[in-house]
Amino acid sequence: MTKIVKYVMADIIRNRIVLLYTAFLFIISFSMFSLEDNNSKALLSLLNIILIIVPLVSIIFSTIYVYNSSEFIELLVSQPLKRKTIWLSLFTGLAGSLSLAFLTGAGIPILIYQANAIGFMMIAMGLLLSIIFVAIAMLAVVKTRDKARGIGAAILLWLYFSLLFDGLVLFFLFQFADYPLEKPMIAVSALNPVDLGRILILMQMDVSAMMGYTGAVFKDFFGTYPGVIFSFGMMFLWTILPVWLSTRKFNHKDL
Amino acid sequence: MIIASNVSKKFGRLKVLDNISVACSKGECIALIGPNASGKTTLIKTILGMVVQDSGFITFNGNNILHHWQYREQIGYMPQTGRYPDNMTIGHVFNMMKDIRGTRAVLDEDLVNAFQLKALLNKRMRTLSGGTRQKVSASLAFLFDPSVLILDEPTAGLDPVASEILKEKIITEKKKGKLILITSHILSELDDLVTQVIYMQEGKLCFHKSIEELRTDTGEEKLNRAIAKIMSKV
Amino acid sequence: MGGYAEMRLSYLIVSFFICFSISARTIRVGSNRMYKNITAGIEAAEEGDTVLVDAGHYKERNLIINKSIVLAGINYPVLDGEKKYEIISVKTNRVVVNGFRIVHSGVSSLEDISGIKIYECRDVIIKNNILEDTFFGIYTQNGLNCIIENNILKATGKEEQQSGNGIHCWKSDSMRIIGNTVSGHRDGIYFEFVTNSIIWRNTSFQNLRYGLHFMFSHNNAYVTNIFQNNGAGVAVMYSHGVKMFNNYFLENWGDAAYGLLLKEITDSYIGGNHFEKNTSGIYMEGASRIEMEKNNFLGNGWAMKIQASCMDISVVKNNFIANTFDVSTNGSMMLNFFNNNYWDKYEGYDLNKDRIGDIPYRPVSLYSMIVEKNPPAMVLFRSFITSLMDKTEKILPGITPENLKDDHPMMRRL
Repeated sequence: MTKIVKYVMADIIRNRIVLLYTAFLFIISFSMFSLEDNNSKALLSLLNIILIIVPLVSIIFSTIYVYNSSEFIELLVSQPLKRKTIWLSLFTGLAGSLSLAFLTGAGIPILIYQANAIGFMMIAMGLLLSIIFVAIAMLAVVKTRDKARGIGAAILLWLYFSLLFDGLVLFFLFQFADYPLEKPMIAVSALNPVDLGRILILMQMDVSAMMGYTGAVFKDFFGTYPGVIFSFGMMFLWTILPVWLSTRKFNHKDL
Repeated sequence: MIIASNVSKKFGRLKVLDNISVACSKGECIALIGPNASGKTTLIKTILGMVVQDSGFITFNGNNILHHWQYREQIGYMPQTGRYPDNMTIGHVFNMMKDIRGTRAVLDEDLVNAFQLKALLNKRMRTLSGGTRQKVSASLAFLFDPSVLILDEPTAGLDPVASEILKEKIITEKKKGKLILITSHILSELDDLVTQVIYMQEGKLCFHKSIEELRTDTGEEKLNRAIAKIMSKV
Repeated sequence: MGGYAEMRLSYLIVSFFICFSISARTIRVGSNRMYKNITAGIEAAEEGDTVLVDAGHYKERNLIINKSIVLAGINYPVLDGEKKYEIISVKTNRVVVNGFRIVHSGVSSLEDISGIKIYECRDVIIKNNILEDTFFGIYTQNGLNCIIENNILKATGKEEQQSGNGIHCWKSDSMRIIGNTVSGHRDGIYFEFVTNSIIWRNTSFQNLRYGLHFMFSHNNAYVTNIFQNNGAGVAVMYSHGVKMFNNYFLENWGDAAYGLLLKEITDSYIGGNHFEKNTSGIYMEGASRIEMEKNNFLGNGWAMKIQASCMDISVVKNNFIANTFDVSTNGSMMLNFFNNNYWDKYEGYDLNKDRIGDIPYRPVSLYSMIVEKNPPAMVLFRSFITSLMDKTEKILPGITPENLKDDHPMMRRL
């Protein structure tokens, strides 16, 4: 597997879009840390980038890349390789290079200006979200043959995870406002990796606000070791499940 | 060497392969011909395992290819259009393929040399013309000295000189006793190459004959005229 | 000649006697002294005497001071209440208690047993004492013009019921509470029906309930105190004429914890205070005619929660920095006044360079109102959708109070 991953990664990290993405992250993070007079505002903007831009770039880039590689994938399939190996190599290559882009673009500024629990949590979440959205993109690609529809599906999925899901949660909260929903909310938030990432970072950041009653319920869960382990477990599940499903599908797919 | 028995495949409602049975043996050079969308490429893809048939089975040296992906070690495949990741160089592609096949294979670099690809090793794929990419695809197909060669429209996009080089190579390999499967629209260039013809139409196998048989049946020397004669009968 | 000498001698003797009776005696108590215990020492003392106690461990049961004396310890002699007794009871005017370590008072749910209790008297000074493990610490009932200064009170109660207040004043007037340190009690400093008093330079931290708690206590001043990490912060209710200057309200975390809770407070002034890292910096309910200026709100969950029942609150020239929410409210009417504050979330501009922003700032975000109505919505905090909603609401205000705005926000921190 490493034989293919090596070349795929070498290809992607020289891709113009990925280079631009890295530079964008780098410039934005550095300028935010050096221009904002208080670090908390810089962290806030960075949080938005991690929760919105990182998934968007990951999912769209991966979708387009896999579609554009269809002939290359065919060529690989004609070689003495298991399909699983090819698909996982592609995933690893994409996830690895996008993680690397995030790590250089945002990770270095964060480590320079904010080498504490908040910073490390942000880096961890940025990496996990990069990987998860590569996995989701690959699932979208393997399910749709048409490139335009596939890219459309990827954008919709991103919109769903970063906006629509939360809208539905809000709607749900107001529909059932008479019930104590703090605990169910914990379960619901696990259904969206972006929400999980956001809550885990906030647990490190907004200590005071999270201390209100609702905040305290969340803190009691997400702020404890079992909670953190659960959340990371869910994030890994969010990686493994799409990868597993897409690999299964790819194994029987007609190219 | 390759035996397909009752292979059928549907894409949605469209029947692309309809109960195809065919046997290809060593030392033959088989032309796979037929109009557009007759199922040639699908048949090749089925043999290569890229498309999984709905029914029937294909064996390679007696083993069902569904369960033995290793058989592809013995196949060199040249796709119709070779597109490679944009930022890989020709050198990368060759190295990757060598890594995939392992080092035990004996390398046949005749085409690499003939196409003078060594000078282009550091060129990125996105900077290459379609013809050069075809040259890369052809060189890759022959590189590992496989016992079966499957060439999908091999000369499309190649300049006449390169085309000629490739034909020479195909003839040399045929003489070594390899099985060669070619699809092509340009029947004239197949004349001096092929020993057998498989003709497909609308997913069905119309006939599978040796070139001599075809010539005697139709009384035509040239392949394209022979085929034309048959098509007018059908 | 002789007559003159005799006269001089008698004059000397007379003046000696006069001196003796006017200037106080000092009565020493200690294991090597005439009086082995303090009770005996006090019994021997007369009005105005000083009872000076050597270091040591004294179990005096309940020490009642009913003469105007100075009771002073050398190197903090320990007065031990053996977990049964009220340790010192001051029952007359002009008593000084200075320099004792007062430990293990009794605990009772019926009586307010204290380390030191002042009963209906005036001009009492309690200073430089250390109180440990007392139920109530220093308790004044019907006191007048008493000083409680530089004492350290440390209790270890785990539950509110098993712990009394640190400095507790009831129906008193003109009290001066200065430089004390209180921790581990139920309420650090507690006032009920106390008037015209000053609380200055005290530190009240890690108390189970409130750092400072007062009710029905009018016209008092609270200056340069530190209230840190108390169970529920500081709560003040049903009072008017409250003046709070330069106090620090720090790290009061929890659902019902407030840097400062104002309930039914009127005609008061709150200036120069520092609210940092509280769940809510200030929470106001039924408050009116309050002037708030030059305060710092730093890193609070909610800098200010103003319930709709408040009116005529003027919020001027304060700094709002790094708070999660600046202001939240539960109604759409707003009868309060905001002006010239610095808001770090302000995104306006200043074309004429007068350091005052040219467009108003609306400190109430739509999301903060949603959370107010539906607390579990906190789960969506800092999500894309809520920031989108806030941005829309800022452009087209529909739900947030129309007139809750700062028309002249400062461009720079004050």
